[in-house]
Amino acid sequence: MQQRTPIQEQIDLPFVESLRISFQSLKIRFGRSIITTAGITLGIAFLVSVWTNNEIGLALQESGRQSAINTFEETTEKGISTKDIWLIVMSLIVCVVGIANSMLMAVTERFREIGTMKCLGALDGFVVRLFLLESGFQGFSGALIGALIGTLGAVLLGLKDYGLDLFFYFPLLPAQPEDGTMQLGVIVVILLGCILGMILAVIGSSFPAWRAAKLPPAEAMRTEV
Amino acid sequence: MADIVVKTEDVVKEYRMGSNILRALDGINIEIERGEYISLMGPSGSGKSTLFNMIGALDRPTEGQVYIDGQNMSQLSQRQIAAFRCHRVGYIFQSYNLLHVRSAHGNVTLPMIFAGIPEKQRNEKAEQLLDLVGLGDRMYHLPDELSGGQRQRVAIARALANDPSIVLADEPTANLDTITGREIIDLIKRLNTDQSVTVISATHDLKMLDVSDRIVDIRDGLVERIRNRDEIDIEVGEVGGEGE
Ligand SMILES: Nc1ncnc2c1ncn2[C@@H]1O[C@H](COP(=O)(O)OP(=O)(O)O)[C@@H](O)[C@H]1O
Ligand SMILES: [Mg+2]
Repeated sequence: MQQRTPIQEQIDLPFVESLRISFQSLKIRFGRSIITTAGITLGIAFLVSVWTNNEIGLALQESGRQSAINTFEETTEKGISTKDIWLIVMSLIVCVVGIANSMLMAVTERFREIGTMKCLGALDGFVVRLFLLESGFQGFSGALIGALIGTLGAVLLGLKDYGLDLFFYFPLLPAQPEDGTMQLGVIVVILLGCILGMILAVIGSSFPAWRAAKLPPAEAMRTEV
Repeated sequence: MADIVVKTEDVVKEYRMGSNILRALDGINIEIERGEYISLMGPSGSGKSTLFNMIGALDRPTEGQVYIDGQNMSQLSQRQIAAFRCHRVGYIFQSYNLLHVRSAHGNVTLPMIFAGIPEKQRNEKAEQLLDLVGLGDRMYHLPDELSGGQRQRVAIARALANDPSIVLADEPTANLDTITGREIIDLIKRLNTDQSVTVISATHDLKMLDVSDRIVDIRDGLVERIRNRDEIDIEVGEVGGEGE
């Protein structure tokens, strides 16, 4: 049996090449990308609206406005009530589960594509990087839109409860009132929402992508969705 | 002396499903010479695709060894296996397996991207290959905009992108009508003769018989018999083109 040139090691792709492939994929699958991104948007919108609503409540309560105190009377002693904490935790869970689910679905329907790319010479790491880039971008843009929608929702709710006073005491920036409660401010809440959305999307997609990339191509390509 | 490209040694593949073990390959020994056109024939479920996956390093055998170009596949690193799939083998599947987010041209360039070939060079090569398979006027169509036969042509062009020494085809005509299937077979045969690519094709399409140098009959995960070209010619007359 003759030995031909020995089999070399597969090279790593330049980063721009991965970036191009992932963006092209997002562009062509635009409709599907939008649906996945909408899942992220919804989760973050819900979380940010609850959170911002709470920030607004605290700020107006702090301002000593009668209207605010009236609205808060039943539920609040000082600072965040257990009901608010419960709401925030619930919205966080909804957000985590929702995003993880949409990313898992988005990756599962692409198992065949992953197997095919490996047939053509893709390294496992490349496949994971591709999904990391795509989901990072989807996560950030989806979360940003969600955070803005959530803030808008909270502002509308605030207007209903407090009227125009809302804008005089609007908690845009972080504040540390005397009673020791911490107010993050709306800008920080939006930022945290974006980061959270992006992290959740990246984890939610790169974990199943990593599992699929580890499979032998024959198995990955068998998956029919 | 014969130049052996593919050699399998007692290859066994078992699939585990719960407590059941299914022995899809039960000790396969074959040797394939460079430049041959080999057909793996056998009824559905006989183990053709499983053997295809073993030879193409798309899955690992449970027992036994596969040698390609004298290299024992079980001794390769992950990176070497990726390079092997990228450079040495071209895969053609029954269901085409094109990336539907990439145009015909984009599908053909992808293996060249993985091989690190500069952009200008790979674009030219892709155009040249798509011309070769008769898709010069459909290069930038997405797979969804192509017919089955055209998709399979894209897959063939893609399989040739990095000048592989082996083309593996798993029932490439199973989803195509008779005439289109015939065209695809002729195209693969032309690559085999013109570019001296070794072709290993799983099939139960009898049209494949008369282009094959040898036919390996697979049944229940075993090689039932191996027929040569001259034996085949007689039988084609007898069978008269009847389907499985
Ligand atoms: N991933 C798998 N898991 C379990 N069983 C499998 C798997 N792949 C193939 N098989 C089984 O192995 C046998 C051989 O299958 P296959 O190689 O696909 O046959 P062919 O390609 O000749 O139709 C069949 O019984 C099939 O059901
Ligand atoms: Mg099969």
